[in-house]
Amino acid sequence: MHELSIAREIVNIALRKGEEAGASRIESVRVRIGEFTAVEPDCLRLYFGALTEGTLADGAALKAEIVPLRAVCPACDQPFTPEALCFRCPGCGSPDISITSGRELYVESIEVT
Amino acid sequence: MEIQVVARIMEANDLLAQEVRGILGANGVTAFNIMGTPGSGKTSVIERLFAALQGQVRIAAIEGDIATSLDAERLSTLGIETVQVNTGGECHLDAGMVKTAIAKLDLQSVDLLVIENVGNLVCPAEFDIGESKKVMVISVPEGDDKVQKYPLMFRLADAIVINKIDLMPYVDFNRVNFHVCLADLNPNAPIFEISCSTGENLDELTEWVRAVVSGAR
Repeated sequence: MHELSIAREIVNIALRKGEEAGASRIESVRVRIGEFTAVEPDCLRLYFGALTEGTLADGAALKAEIVPLRAVCPACDQPFTPEALCFRCPGCGSPDISITSGRELYVESIEVT
Repeated sequence: MEIQVVARIMEANDLLAQEVRGILGANGVTAFNIMGTPGSGKTSVIERLFAALQGQVRIAAIEGDIATSLDAERLSTLGIETVQVNTGGECHLDAGMVKTAIAKLDLQSVDLLVIENVGNLVCPAEFDIGESKKVMVISVPEGDDKVQKYPLMFRLADAIVINKIDLMPYVDFNRVNFHVCLADLNPNAPIFEISCSTGENLDELTEWVRAVVSGAR
Protein backbone atom coordinates (compact mmCIF):
# COMPACT_ATOMS: atom_id res chain seq x y z
CA MET A 1 0.00 0.00 0.00
CA HIS A 2 3.03 2.26 -0.39
CA GLU A 3 1.42 2.76 -3.81
CA LEU A 4 -0.73 5.36 -2.03
CA SER A 5 2.35 7.53 -1.38
CA ILE A 6 3.58 6.96 -4.91
CA ALA A 7 0.15 7.73 -6.43
CA ARG A 8 0.05 10.93 -4.36
CA GLU A 9 3.35 12.05 -5.89
CA ILE A 10 2.11 11.25 -9.40
CA VAL A 11 -1.06 13.30 -8.81
CA ASN A 12 0.97 16.20 -7.32
CA ILE A 13 3.28 16.28 -10.34
CA ALA A 14 0.41 15.99 -12.86
CA LEU A 15 -1.69 18.70 -11.20
CA ARG A 16 1.28 21.06 -10.96
CA LYS A 17 2.10 20.63 -14.65
CA GLY A 18 -1.57 20.88 -15.65
CA GLU A 19 -2.02 24.10 -13.70
CA GLU A 20 1.20 25.56 -15.14
CA ALA A 21 -0.13 24.86 -18.63
CA GLY A 22 -3.48 26.48 -17.77
CA ALA A 23 -5.32 23.25 -18.60
CA SER A 24 -9.04 23.03 -17.93
CA ARG A 25 -8.86 19.24 -17.61
CA ILE A 26 -6.24 16.50 -17.42
CA GLU A 27 -7.43 13.62 -19.62
CA SER A 28 -4.66 11.17 -18.90
CA VAL A 29 -1.32 10.76 -17.17
CA ARG A 30 1.39 8.56 -18.67
CA VAL A 31 3.89 6.95 -16.31
CA ARG A 32 6.91 4.69 -16.85
CA ILE A 33 7.22 1.97 -14.22
CA GLY A 34 10.25 -0.30 -14.12
CA GLU A 35 9.63 -4.04 -14.01
CA PHE A 36 12.02 -4.30 -11.02
CA THR A 37 10.27 -1.86 -8.70
CA ALA A 38 7.96 -2.43 -5.76
CA VAL A 39 5.03 -0.87 -7.62
CA GLU A 40 1.87 -2.64 -8.69
CA PRO A 41 0.21 -0.65 -11.52
CA ASP A 42 -3.34 -1.87 -10.75
CA CYS A 43 -2.95 -0.79 -7.15
CA LEU A 44 -1.55 2.53 -8.32
CA ARG A 45 -4.62 3.07 -10.55
CA LEU A 46 -6.97 2.47 -7.66
CA TYR A 47 -5.33 5.15 -5.50
CA PHE A 48 -4.87 7.47 -8.49
CA GLY A 49 -8.63 7.33 -9.13
CA ALA A 50 -9.42 8.15 -5.52
CA LEU A 51 -6.85 10.93 -5.20
CA THR A 52 -7.87 12.74 -8.40
CA GLU A 53 -11.57 12.96 -7.48
CA GLY A 54 -12.70 16.57 -7.53
CA THR A 55 -9.42 17.81 -9.06
CA LEU A 56 -8.35 18.92 -12.52
CA ALA A 57 -7.56 15.27 -13.19
CA ASP A 58 -10.94 13.88 -12.08
CA GLY A 59 -11.66 10.80 -14.17
CA ALA A 60 -8.23 10.90 -15.86
CA ALA A 61 -6.75 7.64 -17.07
CA LEU A 62 -3.43 6.48 -15.64
CA LYS A 63 -1.48 4.89 -18.48
CA ALA A 64 1.43 2.80 -17.26
CA GLU A 65 4.25 1.65 -19.51
CA ILE A 66 6.26 -1.17 -17.95
CA VAL A 67 9.99 -0.91 -18.60
CA PRO A 68 11.73 -4.29 -18.79
CA LEU A 69 14.66 -5.17 -16.55
CA ARG A 70 18.02 -4.92 -18.36
CA ALA A 71 21.60 -4.91 -17.16
CA VAL A 72 25.10 -4.57 -18.53
CA CYS A 73 28.45 -6.09 -17.58
CA PRO A 74 31.02 -3.26 -17.72
CA ALA A 75 33.91 -5.74 -18.09
CA CYS A 76 32.41 -7.50 -21.14
CA ASP A 77 30.44 -4.46 -22.35
CA GLN A 78 27.64 -7.00 -22.70
CA PRO A 79 23.99 -5.99 -22.17
CA PHE A 80 21.71 -8.75 -20.88
CA THR A 81 18.35 -9.48 -19.29
CA PRO A 82 18.73 -10.92 -15.79
CA GLU A 83 16.82 -14.22 -15.96
CA ALA A 84 15.49 -16.17 -12.97
CA LEU A 85 16.72 -13.48 -10.57
CA CYS A 86 20.35 -14.02 -11.52
CA PHE A 87 22.23 -10.73 -11.57
CA ARG A 88 25.52 -12.13 -12.84
CA CYS A 89 26.97 -11.52 -16.29
CA PRO A 90 25.98 -14.50 -18.45
CA GLY A 91 29.33 -14.17 -20.22
CA CYS A 92 31.94 -13.98 -17.44
CA GLY A 93 29.82 -14.63 -14.33
CA SER A 94 30.85 -11.35 -12.72
CA PRO A 95 28.50 -10.02 -10.02
CA ASP A 96 29.64 -6.44 -10.68
CA ILE A 97 26.96 -5.56 -13.19
CA SER A 98 24.86 -2.41 -13.57
CA ILE A 99 21.11 -2.37 -13.95
CA THR A 100 20.42 -0.16 -16.99
CA SER A 101 16.61 -0.25 -16.96
CA GLY A 102 13.76 -1.65 -14.94
CA ARG A 103 14.07 0.64 -11.92
CA GLU A 104 12.25 3.64 -13.48
CA LEU A 105 9.48 5.55 -11.72
CA TYR A 106 8.66 8.51 -13.96
CA VAL A 107 5.75 10.70 -14.94
CA GLU A 108 6.31 10.93 -18.69
CA SER A 109 3.54 13.22 -19.93
CA ILE A 110 0.02 14.44 -19.37
CA GLU A 111 -2.76 14.83 -21.91
CA VAL A 112 -4.72 18.03 -21.28
CA THR A 113 -7.58 20.00 -22.79
CA MET B 1 -2.67 18.43 -26.15
CA GLU B 2 0.15 16.32 -24.71
CA ILE B 3 2.58 17.97 -22.31
CA GLN B 4 5.95 16.32 -21.75
CA VAL B 5 6.76 16.09 -18.05
CA VAL B 6 9.54 13.53 -17.50
CA ALA B 7 9.65 13.95 -13.72
CA ARG B 8 10.95 11.38 -11.26
CA ILE B 9 8.06 10.26 -9.08
CA MET B 10 10.30 9.78 -6.04
CA GLU B 11 12.03 13.14 -6.44
CA ALA B 12 10.34 14.86 -3.47
CA ASN B 13 11.33 11.99 -1.17
CA ASP B 14 14.82 11.69 -2.63
CA LEU B 15 15.54 15.40 -2.14
CA LEU B 16 14.59 15.05 1.54
CA ALA B 17 16.74 11.92 1.76
CA GLN B 18 19.70 13.90 0.43
CA GLU B 19 19.05 16.54 3.09
CA VAL B 20 19.02 13.84 5.79
CA ARG B 21 22.22 12.34 4.36
CA GLY B 22 23.84 15.77 4.42
CA ILE B 23 22.86 16.45 8.04
CA LEU B 24 24.04 13.01 9.18
CA GLY B 25 27.27 13.30 7.21
CA ALA B 26 28.05 16.73 8.66
CA ASN B 27 27.71 15.20 12.14
CA GLY B 28 29.80 12.12 11.32
CA VAL B 29 26.81 9.81 11.79
CA THR B 30 26.52 6.46 9.99
CA ALA B 31 22.90 5.44 9.47
CA PHE B 32 21.47 1.95 8.96
CA ASN B 33 18.05 1.41 7.46
CA ILE B 34 16.99 -1.84 9.15
CA MET B 35 14.36 -3.55 7.05
CA GLY B 36 12.78 -6.96 7.36
CA THR B 37 9.76 -8.98 8.26
CA PRO B 38 7.70 -8.33 11.38
CA GLY B 39 9.00 -10.59 14.12
CA SER B 40 12.32 -11.38 12.43
CA GLY B 41 14.18 -9.78 15.33
CA LYS B 42 15.06 -6.30 14.05
CA THR B 43 14.75 -4.76 17.51
CA SER B 44 16.65 -7.67 19.08
CA VAL B 45 19.52 -7.14 16.64
CA ILE B 46 19.67 -3.48 17.66
CA GLU B 47 19.68 -4.47 21.35
CA ARG B 48 22.48 -6.97 20.77
CA LEU B 49 24.58 -4.50 18.76
CA PHE B 50 24.13 -1.86 21.43
CA ALA B 51 25.34 -4.24 24.12
CA ALA B 52 28.30 -5.45 22.05
CA LEU B 53 29.43 -1.97 21.04
CA GLN B 54 28.87 -0.16 24.31
CA GLY B 55 31.74 2.18 25.09
CA GLN B 56 33.02 1.96 21.49
CA VAL B 57 30.22 3.09 19.19
CA ARG B 58 27.57 5.52 20.38
CA ILE B 59 24.21 4.26 19.10
CA ALA B 60 20.88 6.07 18.81
CA ALA B 61 17.72 4.69 17.24
CA ILE B 62 14.63 5.69 15.33
CA GLU B 63 11.80 3.20 15.65
CA GLY B 64 9.31 3.12 12.79
CA ASP B 65 6.01 1.43 13.53
CA ILE B 66 2.48 1.85 12.26
CA ALA B 67 1.33 2.19 15.86
CA THR B 68 2.53 1.94 19.48
CA SER B 69 5.81 2.94 21.11
CA LEU B 70 6.58 -0.57 22.38
CA ASP B 71 9.89 -0.90 20.52
CA ALA B 72 11.08 2.57 21.52
CA GLU B 73 10.30 1.69 25.15
CA ARG B 74 12.29 -1.54 24.80
CA LEU B 75 15.35 0.33 23.54
CA SER B 76 14.99 3.26 25.95
CA THR B 77 15.03 0.83 28.87
CA LEU B 78 18.53 -0.19 27.80
CA GLY B 79 19.62 3.44 27.69
CA ILE B 80 19.49 3.89 23.92
CA GLU B 81 18.34 7.36 22.91
CA THR B 82 15.32 6.51 20.76
CA VAL B 83 12.77 8.47 18.75
CA GLN B 84 9.52 6.67 17.97
CA VAL B 85 7.93 7.44 14.61
CA ASN B 86 4.35 6.29 14.14
CA THR B 87 3.54 6.22 10.46
CA GLY B 88 -0.23 6.31 11.04
CA GLY B 89 -1.01 3.47 8.66
CA GLU B 90 1.82 3.93 6.18
CA CYS B 91 3.71 0.69 5.64
CA HIS B 92 7.15 2.29 5.37
CA LEU B 93 9.25 5.19 6.62
CA ASP B 94 9.92 8.03 4.22
CA ALA B 95 12.67 10.63 4.23
CA GLY B 96 10.39 13.36 5.62
CA MET B 97 9.58 11.28 8.70
CA VAL B 98 13.27 10.62 9.29
CA LYS B 99 14.16 14.29 8.83
CA THR B 100 11.65 15.22 11.55
CA ALA B 101 12.94 12.45 13.82
CA ILE B 102 16.65 13.31 13.58
CA ALA B 103 15.86 16.88 14.65
CA LYS B 104 14.99 15.39 18.06
CA LEU B 105 18.40 13.74 18.48
CA ASP B 106 21.71 15.19 19.61
CA LEU B 107 23.60 13.99 16.54
CA GLN B 108 26.94 15.26 17.82
CA SER B 109 26.89 12.47 20.39
CA VAL B 110 25.92 9.73 17.93
CA ASP B 111 28.19 7.51 15.82
CA LEU B 112 25.59 5.08 14.54
CA LEU B 113 21.92 5.81 13.98
CA VAL B 114 19.89 2.65 13.53
CA ILE B 115 16.59 3.36 11.85
CA GLU B 116 14.22 0.45 12.25
CA ASN B 117 11.79 0.54 9.37
CA VAL B 118 8.23 -0.80 9.48
CA GLY B 119 8.31 -4.60 9.32
CA ASN B 120 7.60 -5.31 5.65
CA LEU B 121 9.51 -6.90 2.76
CA VAL B 122 7.99 -4.77 -0.02
CA CYS B 123 6.99 -1.21 0.78
CA PRO B 124 10.20 0.27 2.24
CA ALA B 125 12.22 -0.72 -0.84
CA GLU B 126 11.52 2.36 -2.96
CA PHE B 127 12.00 4.90 -0.16
CA ASP B 128 15.48 6.28 0.34
CA ILE B 129 15.58 7.62 3.90
CA GLY B 130 19.11 8.99 3.81
CA GLU B 131 20.77 5.86 5.18
CA SER B 132 24.40 4.83 4.66
CA LYS B 133 23.53 1.12 4.48
CA LYS B 134 20.40 -0.93 4.01
CA VAL B 135 20.48 -3.90 6.38
CA MET B 136 17.90 -6.66 6.01
CA VAL B 137 16.85 -8.90 8.86
CA ILE B 138 14.91 -12.08 8.23
CA SER B 139 14.63 -15.21 10.35
CA VAL B 140 14.85 -18.93 9.80
CA PRO B 141 11.20 -19.85 10.61
CA GLU B 142 10.03 -17.65 7.70
CA GLY B 143 11.49 -20.07 5.19
CA ASP B 144 14.30 -19.99 2.63
CA ASP B 145 11.99 -19.00 -0.23
CA LYS B 146 11.79 -15.36 0.86
CA VAL B 147 14.71 -14.44 -1.40
CA GLN B 148 12.79 -15.56 -4.47
CA LYS B 149 9.51 -14.07 -3.26
CA TYR B 150 10.86 -10.62 -2.39
CA PRO B 151 13.80 -10.18 -4.76
CA LEU B 152 13.91 -6.38 -4.91
CA MET B 153 14.56 -5.88 -1.21
CA PHE B 154 17.20 -8.64 -1.16
CA ARG B 155 18.88 -7.12 -4.21
CA LEU B 156 19.00 -3.64 -2.67
CA ALA B 157 20.35 -4.78 0.72
CA ASP B 158 23.96 -3.92 1.62
CA ALA B 159 24.00 -6.65 4.28
CA ILE B 160 21.67 -9.52 5.11
CA VAL B 161 21.12 -10.90 8.61
CA ILE B 162 19.47 -14.30 9.09
CA ASN B 163 18.33 -14.43 12.67
CA LYS B 164 17.15 -17.34 14.86
CA ILE B 165 19.61 -19.89 13.45
CA ASP B 166 19.24 -21.76 16.74
CA LEU B 167 15.83 -22.82 15.40
CA MET B 168 17.35 -24.41 12.28
CA PRO B 169 16.95 -28.01 13.56
CA TYR B 170 13.24 -27.48 14.23
CA VAL B 171 12.02 -25.78 11.06
CA ASP B 172 12.10 -26.46 7.35
CA PHE B 173 14.71 -23.98 6.15
CA ASN B 174 16.82 -25.03 3.16
CA ARG B 175 20.04 -23.22 3.89
CA VAL B 176 21.68 -24.24 0.60
CA ASN B 177 18.79 -22.92 -1.46
CA PHE B 178 18.84 -19.66 0.48
CA HIS B 179 22.54 -19.10 -0.20
CA VAL B 180 22.38 -20.23 -3.83
CA CYS B 181 19.55 -17.77 -4.56
CA LEU B 182 21.34 -14.93 -2.81
CA ALA B 183 24.63 -15.68 -4.57
CA ASP B 184 22.90 -14.88 -7.88
CA LEU B 185 20.60 -12.09 -6.74
CA ASN B 186 22.98 -10.11 -4.55
CA PRO B 187 26.46 -11.62 -4.66
CA ASN B 188 28.18 -8.65 -2.98
CA ALA B 189 26.21 -8.32 0.26
CA PRO B 190 27.73 -9.97 3.33
CA ILE B 191 25.42 -12.52 5.00
CA PHE B 192 25.37 -12.99 8.77
CA GLU B 193 23.75 -16.08 10.22
CA ILE B 194 23.08 -15.23 13.84
CA SER B 195 20.96 -15.98 16.85
CA CYS B 196 19.97 -13.10 19.09
CA SER B 197 18.83 -15.68 21.64
CA THR B 198 22.08 -17.64 21.96
CA GLY B 199 24.45 -14.93 20.72
CA GLU B 200 25.87 -17.23 18.04
CA ASN B 201 27.95 -15.44 15.37
CA LEU B 202 27.03 -12.03 16.71
CA ASP B 203 30.71 -11.14 16.85
CA GLU B 204 30.93 -11.33 13.03
CA LEU B 205 28.04 -8.90 12.63
CA THR B 206 29.47 -6.64 15.32
CA GLU B 207 32.84 -6.56 13.55
CA TRP B 208 31.20 -5.59 10.26
CA VAL B 209 29.23 -2.80 11.96
CA ARG B 210 32.36 -1.54 13.69
CA ALA B 211 34.24 -1.51 10.37
CA VAL B 212 31.44 0.38 8.57
CA VAL B 213 31.22 2.98 11.34
CA SER B 214 34.97 3.49 11.61
CA GLY B 215 35.22 3.75 7.82
CA ALA B 216 32.80 6.67 7.94
CA ARG B 217 34.64 8.54 10.65
